[in-house]
Amino acid sequence: MNVHVMRVDRIACDGRGLCAELLPEVVSLDEWGYPILARGGEVPVELLAHARRAVSMCPVLALALDRR
Amino acid sequence: MSLPKFELDPPPPGRLPRLLPAGEPRGLTGHLDRHGPMPPWRGAEALIADVRASGLTGRGGAGFPFARKLAAVVERAGLRGGVAVANGAEGEPASAKDATLLTYAPHLVLDGLALVSRAVRARTAWVYADLDGAAGRALRVALEERRRHRLDPVTPQLVAAPPAFLAGEESAVVDALAGGPGLPTSTPPRVYERGLGRRPTLVSNVETLAHLALVARYGGAWFAGVGDRGQPGTRLYTVWTPEGARVLEGATGTTARQLYDVLGADVSRTQALLVGGYHGAWLPGADALDLPLADPELRPLGASAGAGVVAALPDGVCGVIETARIASYLADESARQCGPCLNALPRIAQALRTLARAGERPGERAALRAQVERWAGLAEGRGACRHPDGTVRLVRSGLRAFAAELDRHASGRCSATRRPFLPTGERW
Repeated sequence: MNVHVMRVDRIACDGRGLCAELLPEVVSLDEWGYPILARGGEVPVELLAHARRAVSMCPVLALALDRR
Repeated sequence: MSLPKFELDPPPPGRLPRLLPAGEPRGLTGHLDRHGPMPPWRGAEALIADVRASGLTGRGGAGFPFARKLAAVVERAGLRGGVAVANGAEGEPASAKDATLLTYAPHLVLDGLALVSRAVRARTAWVYADLDGAAGRALRVALEERRRHRLDPVTPQLVAAPPAFLAGEESAVVDALAGGPGLPTSTPPRVYERGLGRRPTLVSNVETLAHLALVARYGGAWFAGVGDRGQPGTRLYTVWTPEGARVLEGATGTTARQLYDVLGADVSRTQALLVGGYHGAWLPGADALDLPLADPELRPLGASAGAGVVAALPDGVCGVIETARIASYLADESARQCGPCLNALPRIAQALRTLARAGERPGERAALRAQVERWAGLAEGRGACRHPDGTVRLVRSGLRAFAAELDRHASGRCSATRRPFLPTGERW
């Protein structure tokens, strides 16, 4: 089974928020601007391209996409 | 001095203490008199089999099965070799067991370190601990004795750990040994996969290693011959009264009441019991005194034996004040690397301090409690390490255990007649 899961490096992340803009279906922001991942970060296959864009656009490279 | 030949002669499994010597420590001679020399090395697989049979779990707080952790590093280390670390960085202010063990039985710890060093083919071995007091002196003397007798496959390097709460977190330990600031780092990979020098690194609590040294001598069945069936053996407990703390060794599954009996302490008016440490939990009521202090019995109650801290809160000490003090300490001890932890923990602590002041903000208390729960939900699981999770566990358990006291505070009354006593530094 090929499931893609978004992962946040919580130390690198400093709450810029681009991920939530690019992938609101998976990422929302808490009141301090830090990402909350819905469904443990699982990315539906139809949103994979958006997820990859979010990973590459993170200014501090705090995102990764794992395949399980 | 010539070393005695190894002879299998285990003491009765139920004889206590196992780790702490009777009387004053007598250096390497005393250690060899009491425990005999290390048994001949039979290879990593034989050691792992012994540990598996023993049921030994980590004594640093997580309680993970040690055989699995050891096997994982042995497997990944392969021929290239791994790294072995004895973790004595006892960041928990309410715990004194590691310092006590290093002071009174350093050779047991170092025997255990030698065993894992061999198993993982370590090129380097380390002892990471607060070296400022008696433990540091005992370690230095012990290492010099072992050097003279060439007891260790690789000479352990001593590195001083700061007295910070997070100092003993495994990735923080590896970071410190690598010359970094000693703060937790992001995972994956975990240190058992890739740690110091990019090698698989086995970070073990010093007490775990001391038990290992006895398992290697007397076998797994001997080790498991006492204590809780699901988490056997003995462990070191740090037992608190308002007068201070004592370190006691007891079987796993001992109850707090039994520990306090040894101290001759009166626990007849206990309101709640703190179990594990500051990432542990308050268990409400005097009934908690009769719970076996072992993970299989404690986990269903939302607690765990943790680092063996036991603190019965007597009548007259306010549990809300104690919880607020602990939360403030934990907030201050954040590594401040992750937004959710950095933002939520100080707010939780401040809200608890307000709730701890009886009569303050009478109309806002329910809202404050709701805020605390909201922030707790935002902190949980959203840090690089388990600091926010442990803090949330402690806080939630306090709000539950001291619900009646919180109600009293809402109407301006606090039942405290004596000072709080759990150690939190000078901060609050």
